[in-house]
Amino acid sequence: MKAKFILAVAAAAALGMATASGASAQGAPKPIKIGVMNDMSSVYSYLGGMGSVAAAKMAVKDFGGKVLGRPIEVIFADHQNKPDIGAGIARQWFDEQGVDAIVDLPTSSVAIAVQQVAKERGKVTLISNGGSSELTGKFCSPTGVHWTYDTYAMAHGTGSAVVKQGGNTWFFLTADYAFGHALQDDTAAVVKAAGGTVVGSVNVPLNNADFSSFLLQAQQSKAKVIGLANAGGDTVNSIKQAAEFGIVAGGQRLAGLLVFIMDVDALGLKTAQGLLLTEAYYWDQNDATRAWAKRFQAVYGKIPTSGQAGVYGAVSHYLKAMAAAGTDDGIKVVAKMRELPINDFMTKNGKLREDGRVLRDMYLFEVKKPEESKYPFDYYKQLAVIPAAQAYRPLSESECPLIKKN
Amino acid sequence: MPEWMHIAVPSAPALFAQLLIGLINGSFYALLSLGLAVIFGLLNIINFAHGALYMLGAFCAYLLLNYFGIGYWPSLLLAPLAVGAFGILLERCFIRWVYRLDHLYGLLLTFGLALIVQGVFRQFYGASGKPYSIPEALSGGQNLGFMFLPNYRAWVIVASAAVCFGTWFLIERTRLGANLRAATENPALVQAFGINVPRMVTLTYGFGVALAALAGVMAAPIYQVSPLMGTNLIIVVFAVVVIGGMGSILGAIVGGFALGIIEGLTKVFYPEASATAIFVIMAIVLLVKPAGLFGRRA
Repeated sequence: MKAKFILAVAAAAALGMATASGASAQGAPKPIKIGVMNDMSSVYSYLGGMGSVAAAKMAVKDFGGKVLGRPIEVIFADHQNKPDIGAGIARQWFDEQGVDAIVDLPTSSVAIAVQQVAKERGKVTLISNGGSSELTGKFCSPTGVHWTYDTYAMAHGTGSAVVKQGGNTWFFLTADYAFGHALQDDTAAVVKAAGGTVVGSVNVPLNNADFSSFLLQAQQSKAKVIGLANAGGDTVNSIKQAAEFGIVAGGQRLAGLLVFIMDVDALGLKTAQGLLLTEAYYWDQNDATRAWAKRFQAVYGKIPTSGQAGVYGAVSHYLKAMAAAGTDDGIKVVAKMRELPINDFMTKNGKLREDGRVLRDMYLFEVKKPEESKYPFDYYKQLAVIPAAQAYRPLSESECPLIKKN
Repeated sequence: MPEWMHIAVPSAPALFAQLLIGLINGSFYALLSLGLAVIFGLLNIINFAHGALYMLGAFCAYLLLNYFGIGYWPSLLLAPLAVGAFGILLERCFIRWVYRLDHLYGLLLTFGLALIVQGVFRQFYGASGKPYSIPEALSGGQNLGFMFLPNYRAWVIVASAAVCFGTWFLIERTRLGANLRAATENPALVQAFGINVPRMVTLTYGFGVALAALAGVMAAPIYQVSPLMGTNLIIVVFAVVVIGGMGSILGAIVGGFALGIIEGLTKVFYPEASATAIFVIMAIVLLVKPAGLFGRRA
C-alpha cells in the first residue's frame, strides 16, 4: 500500500517535471549565440580583449536583445594567439554549444584557422581585429566577413601617402613571418607603382626587444623612408629606438604600416609625433564617432580601438541581416549582409563584397605634436580619406576561389 | 645570391658601430645574468622569476614617476630597494622551503611566481607598454663619426660595467664574499663560526633581485615598460648563464658582454638568425664544455 503510494507520487512528480520542462522549452527558445574569440591576455589583448566583448554586448543591447523571436547570447574565449587552440574552441562552440557566429579574431593565423572551421559548417566569422588580406584572398569563405581593415588597405593608405609627400626611397624593417612579408610586399608594390624605389630591407625576428642594430642599417641605407612592416610591441619599440638614435632628427622618415591608437598611447606623443598611419576608425573624427566612443567608455572605461568599434558594427549588421533574412542559416544570413548597405557611426554606405571584404572608407592620420593635443587621447589629425573603392585589393587581383574570373 | 647578402657586407665603421650596439645589449645580459648567477651560485635556486622582477623594477620606476613625481635618478636607487625588499619577502615566504629539494621544484616555484606577478600587472596595465622618457641630462647623443651614439646608451654601458665589476669584487675579493662562498660549500660549518647563514642567504637573494630591478630601471627608457618585457629576455639570459657556467660570477659577466657582441654581429650578417644565435652557441658550449666556459664544477 505504502509502496504503491510512493510510486504514484514519484510518477506524478516525474510527469510534473516533464510538463514543466516542456513549458520552459516553449517559453525560452534556443538563443542565438555569438562568440567573441580573441587574445584576452597577451600581446594583442589591448586591441580587442574584453573590450570587444563589451562592444558585442552593446550591439546586442542596441538591437533589442532578440532576433527571430529568440534571445541573443554573447559568450567569449581566449585563443592565446594559437591557431590550434582557436580552432579547437571553434569546433566546440559550433558542434556542442550551438554558436552561430564568431567575432573579432585578431592574429591572422588564428583567424584563418577559425574561418576554415566555420566554413566547413556553414557558420559565420566576423573578423574585426585580424589583419591579413589573405582572409579574403586565398583563404576566403562564403560565410567569412572581414570587417574592419586589412594589411593591404593599411599598407596602401600609408605607403602611397608617404610617396606622394616625396618619400620615394624606402628601407623596410620587416617582422620575419608571413604577416610581415605580406605587409612589406604590399607596400613595396605601392611604392614602386608610384615611382619610388626600395633600397633594402632587413628581416627582424618576431618579438625583438632591441632594434638598434637594424635601425643603424636603415640609417646607413640613406633611404628617405623607413617602412615598419611589423606590429604591436615590435612597432612601438622600433619607433621609440629610432627617436633615440636620431633617425627622424637626421631627416629620415618613419612609416608605421600597422599602427593603432593604443600603440601611439604607449609611445607617447613626444616620440610618435609626425607619424603617418592608416586606421578604419578614430574616436574623435565626428559627432557620431565621439558619441559612440563615449557610450563605450561608460561601459568599458577605455577609449575604443578601431577593432572594438568594428566588432560593434559587425555584430549589428549581422543581426540586422538575420532579421531581414528570417533565418539563422549562415550562408543565407551572409548573403543578406551582402545585399544590405552598411551604415553605422563609423561606416557610411559600406558594402560587403563577394570575397568577404567589407568596403568602407579608410583614413590617413598624422600623429599630433604634444602641444597640439588638448585632452586625453587627442592624438590624430586627419589628413585624407581613402575612398572605399581605392582602399582594398581589387577583385581583378584576387586569389579568392569564390571569385569567377572572366 | 640570397637577398640578405646585399645588405650584409658592411664597411669597417659600420661594423664597429654594430659592435658597440652589441656591447650595449650585452650590458643588460650581463646585469641580469649576474643576478641569476649570484642566486644560483649561493642559493642553488634556478630563479625563473628573474624576468618578472626585472619587469617590476621598470614598473617601479614608472609608478614612482607617475604617482610621486620621482624621476629617473632617485629611481635607480629606490626601485632596486623596493623590489629587493619584495624579493626578500618572496624568499622568506616561499623560496626557502625548496632549498633542499631537487632543482626542479625551485624552478617550478619561481616560474609560477613569475606568472602570477606578470598576470597581476597585465590585469592592471594591459599588455601594451607604458612610455618612460630618457632623463633630460642624458638625452641627445654624440656623433662618433662612424655612428650616432645616444648618450643614454653610453651611460648604460658604463653603469653596467661598474656594477658588474663591483659585484664581482664583492663576492670574489672581500671577506663578506668569502663567507658567502664558504656558506654555499658547507653551511653547517659556517654557521658554527657564528655566522647567520639563513639571513645571509635571504639578503643574497634580495641582492640578486635588486640587480634585476636595476636592469629594469635602466631598460625602461629604451624599451617600453610592459608586463611582458621580462618573458622573452629571461630565456636568453638563462642561455648566457649556462654558457658562462652556472653560478660563475665572472662567467655571467664575460658571457653577457660577449654574447651581446656576437648577437650584434649576427644581426648584420644574418639577421633572421639573431634570435637563435645564442642558443646555437649554448648547444655547442654544452657539447664541448658541459660545465660552461667558466664553470667550476663538472
